[in-house]
Amino acid sequence: MISRGLHGVIVLPGDRLDSRVEGKYPEVIEVNSLKIATLISLVSQRDDKLIIVPLKNIYMPEPGHIVIGLVESIGMVNWFVDINSPYQAILHVQDFLGRPFNPASDDLYKLMKPGDYVKAKVLSFDKTRNPVLSVQGEGLGKIVKGTIVDIQPAKIPRVIGKKRSMISMLEEKTGCSIFPAVNGRVYIECPNRELEAILVMAIRLIDRESHRVGLTERVAKFIDEERMRRGV
Amino acid sequence: MQGKKSMRLIDERGLRHDGRRPDEIRPIRMQVGVLANASGSALVEYGKTKVLAAVYGPREPQQKFMILPDKAILRVRYHMAPFSTTERKSPAPSRREIELSKVIREALEDVVLTSEYPRTVIDIFIEVLQADGGTRVAGITASSLALADAGIPMKALVAGVAVGKVDGVLVLDVDEVEDSSGEADMPIAAAPDLNLITLFQINGVLTEEEVERGLSMALKAIQYIVSLEKSTLKQKYEAIGEEV
Repeated sequence: MISRGLHGVIVLPGDRLDSRVEGKYPEVIEVNSLKIATLISLVSQRDDKLIIVPLKNIYMPEPGHIVIGLVESIGMVNWFVDINSPYQAILHVQDFLGRPFNPASDDLYKLMKPGDYVKAKVLSFDKTRNPVLSVQGEGLGKIVKGTIVDIQPAKIPRVIGKKRSMISMLEEKTGCSIFPAVNGRVYIECPNRELEAILVMAIRLIDRESHRVGLTERVAKFIDEERMRRGV
Repeated sequence: MQGKKSMRLIDERGLRHDGRRPDEIRPIRMQVGVLANASGSALVEYGKTKVLAAVYGPREPQQKFMILPDKAILRVRYHMAPFSTTERKSPAPSRREIELSKVIREALEDVVLTSEYPRTVIDIFIEVLQADGGTRVAGITASSLALADAGIPMKALVAGVAVGKVDGVLVLDVDEVEDSSGEADMPIAAAPDLNLITLFQINGVLTEEEVERGLSMALKAIQYIVSLEKSTLKQKYEAIGEEV
């Protein structure tokens, strides 16, 4: 039974799922060899497979993830970074500088201060210790321009779309560059403020209506209308 | 227990003082996502009882001594607002509120997958805005909704209801009048999807047969309340399409 205008069927914590539904722990658990949903999720059919996608979840870091972090505070030789997960991440200064840290000449506060955003890779995480970040890699480091849009981590795949359909449409229509990080932060860089404002509204629209049918077309229409109205 | 004999709680037609049948619950209203700052929130009304629940986390606590290495801890604060009762209630946590916080926590711990988030806390704040009996069970219902709204994995949704005994008759979903002048009060919370009772208290005197009958009355009502919870949560996502 498919609800009106939805991509599939909404299931709720405790609902018994079809045994064909493929989902991973903890989004799907097995009780007495029956599959049970634990989150508010959407079950939909994709190429003769039943898939389950949570509508709201909590971001869990994994080694290798590229995340956008918000510097919260500064330690002796590291920054404490909020990566929108239950665990605060650590970024060491040696990693940031790419050389040993010299307390006499290096000032952490001048490199990055609380409130700055940083694009980084999760080096290690296993729930027993807090995640460690690294900025050694192409395109990683402190974010100096552009804007960050905070959305639900569960909605990031929707911002990208099937075979990048959504993100390439957004980039094409606005001329902005977009980087959706898995932890629910979307980094955007636009030619001007008007386009930036339109794109932020479009991303919020995706966040709100991710589970509805025909979203890509609706977002495209929204951007066209906004550009017309604002004359950009 | 000495009931006030001045007021009849069951009339000659077998109806209660507010016109309900003995096995009838009060009208229930639910709303989710009522607070923007919380990870999840819910407002639940059982008749004139009005309870707000807010969930924060999982997050690392300020006081690290309390964390557990293998699971998240649930911190529940049940609190009655000073204006929730007819006579002003002191806002300081009373003995009763501390105890209810504990039993509500235990009623929810069974369904939340706390082992997914070791070394963190999940904060649940339950604020009674208007008290008219059954605040702890309404608090459990509200917390369960708020946890689901926050995206915290749960094995099932929980709901609660209180059964009482007034004028020798078992009644469902007792209100303040029935609670204070009745002979017994039995708050129950359960997760029907798991066939699990998570809260079972009795205050007063009931026979074995009455406990059994009251329990089955409560479980039937809880099943209905959980179905209401589910439709409330579904509505939040289904309503989005209708407004565009």
